[in-house]
Amino acid sequence: MNAKGRVFKYGDNVDTDVIIPARYLNSSDPKELATHCMEDIDKEFVSKVKAGDIIVATKNFGCGSSREHAPIAIKANGVSCVIAETFARIFYRNAINIGLPIMECKEASEKINAGDEVEINFDTGEIFDKTTGESFKGQPFPEFMQKIIHSDGLLNYIKNRD
Amino acid sequence: MGMTMTQKILAAHAGLESVVAGQLIEADLDLVLGNDITSPVAIKEMEKMNLTEVFNKDKIALVPDHFVPNKDIKSAEHCKCVREFALKNKITNYFEVGKMGIEHTLLPEQGLTVAGDVIIGADSHTCTYGALGAFSTGVGSTDMAAGMATGKAWFKVPSAIKFNVVGKMNKWVSGKDVILHIIGMIGVDGALYKSMEFVGEGIKNLSMDDRFTIANMAIEAGAKNGIFPVDELTEAYLKEHSKRDYKVYEADADAVYDEEYTIDLSTLKPTIAFPHLPENTHTIDEIKEQIKIDQVVIGSCTNGRIDDLRCAAEVLKGHKVADGMRLIVLPATQSIYLQAMEEGLLRTFIEAGGVVSTPTCGPCLGGYMGVLAEGEKCVSTTNRNFVGRMGHITSEIYLASPAVAAASAIKGYIAAPEV
Repeated sequence: MNAKGRVFKYGDNVDTDVIIPARYLNSSDPKELATHCMEDIDKEFVSKVKAGDIIVATKNFGCGSSREHAPIAIKANGVSCVIAETFARIFYRNAINIGLPIMECKEASEKINAGDEVEINFDTGEIFDKTTGESFKGQPFPEFMQKIIHSDGLLNYIKNRD
Repeated sequence: MGMTMTQKILAAHAGLESVVAGQLIEADLDLVLGNDITSPVAIKEMEKMNLTEVFNKDKIALVPDHFVPNKDIKSAEHCKCVREFALKNKITNYFEVGKMGIEHTLLPEQGLTVAGDVIIGADSHTCTYGALGAFSTGVGSTDMAAGMATGKAWFKVPSAIKFNVVGKMNKWVSGKDVILHIIGMIGVDGALYKSMEFVGEGIKNLSMDDRFTIANMAIEAGAKNGIFPVDELTEAYLKEHSKRDYKVYEADADAVYDEEYTIDLSTLKPTIAFPHLPENTHTIDEIKEQIKIDQVVIGSCTNGRIDDLRCAAEVLKGHKVADGMRLIVLPATQSIYLQAMEEGLLRTFIEAGGVVSTPTCGPCLGGYMGVLAEGEKCVSTTNRNFVGRMGHITSEIYLASPAVAAASAIKGYIAAPEV
């Protein structure tokens, strides 16, 4: 499994209130949520993002509310991976549970710039910045989580297991 | 190797003799919680996967509280979805308007959460029940769906930070100041993936409502859970509110902690978190300029309990809010509302020039009942001051205790009651 796309870059503590503001939580439709994704931190995100693009942020991405609407809105915009130095723990769970690929990598989160073309190999954990030519090694998931991701989410995993 | 209190509860619920930090386990759940925002996503996922039955109709709690009473047609549809699911599955603990309250205040009050439990909730402030000596943590809607279907959830066993609490708080200092002080000290990711375990002789000087407030905001330091030992006060609370058996777990004497801090309650001062992160804390004496405020909110799962309302009323009694000030008070549950009415607190709020709302999370997340306009400033007893959290992205939220919120409502700028 691979991802390839252009980078949208953000800083520390991107919270779920800016990823999808609560004023839109009267909807649970992924397509509708997608149209407001990141709007309180980056008004241009929704108009510029293309399928396959990658979000890179630094520390504690997805902190705050447990709203699964946040990874759902990101995934519904076609984002192929979120790379961060660290993720807030509920966002981390939610992303795995809905099958949104995420990767922890401090070096990549610091060195990759907005607009860079980046390729990710999920099997090896390799992150390659085509624009700068730099490579980084991401943290691979534990086997248990890989099974959930390969099952396309937690509920599929549970159903298939049982 | 010894286990922390959290690790002991998790081991027991995973059917294991012992667990270590980092271990992946599957644990049995005593309660699965959802609200009107997160439950519809979980219910739709269950339907999509053709998971037609819940594991135990008595161990699921559905509490519409965020946009309830329904704020608009879309919210009404969400609530209808939750209501129909509850009826179809004969969910015992579904709380309709009139019976409901803010989930994290309501469940302990109704005796649904007790010491020794493992609880997940599709709401980040589910960590509140750690005040009772339970392991409880926030999850998303998919985890909630899996929990409702199987009665189990996967966890990575957390390591812990130990907070040794000593001393006694001064007048007008409360649990909110304790937790804001801690978040200011360790940062919004200071306890990421970890447990915050509170111990020490100072715990006896914290009321149950103080402990609920502290455990509630563990998530604001990134923690998986916050947890208090069970003492006489906890047992009295559990006996008053619950018919369920509870189990007391204690950390082993040789439990290992990543870090240890001492919190001397006697040294704490009224503490305010400035925009736009809960870690941007300042004590009241550090604020030299007058920060003019447009609105004050007193309520939420963090500070909508009876102690909070009593404290705010004590400050407001005989005073009027400043000209142009909007004071909004939200008792967190119907029974707190009634108690506040019987104690005359609601009269105090109204005579001071405030409004009193039915229980709802509304303003805390910019839903309704107090949304902020461009550039407005609010002192709020809620838990998050992120960009746009309570309204316009240029509005500003200052997180504080009920005492500071009430004093600020009177002065019109950030202030604490005089000692």
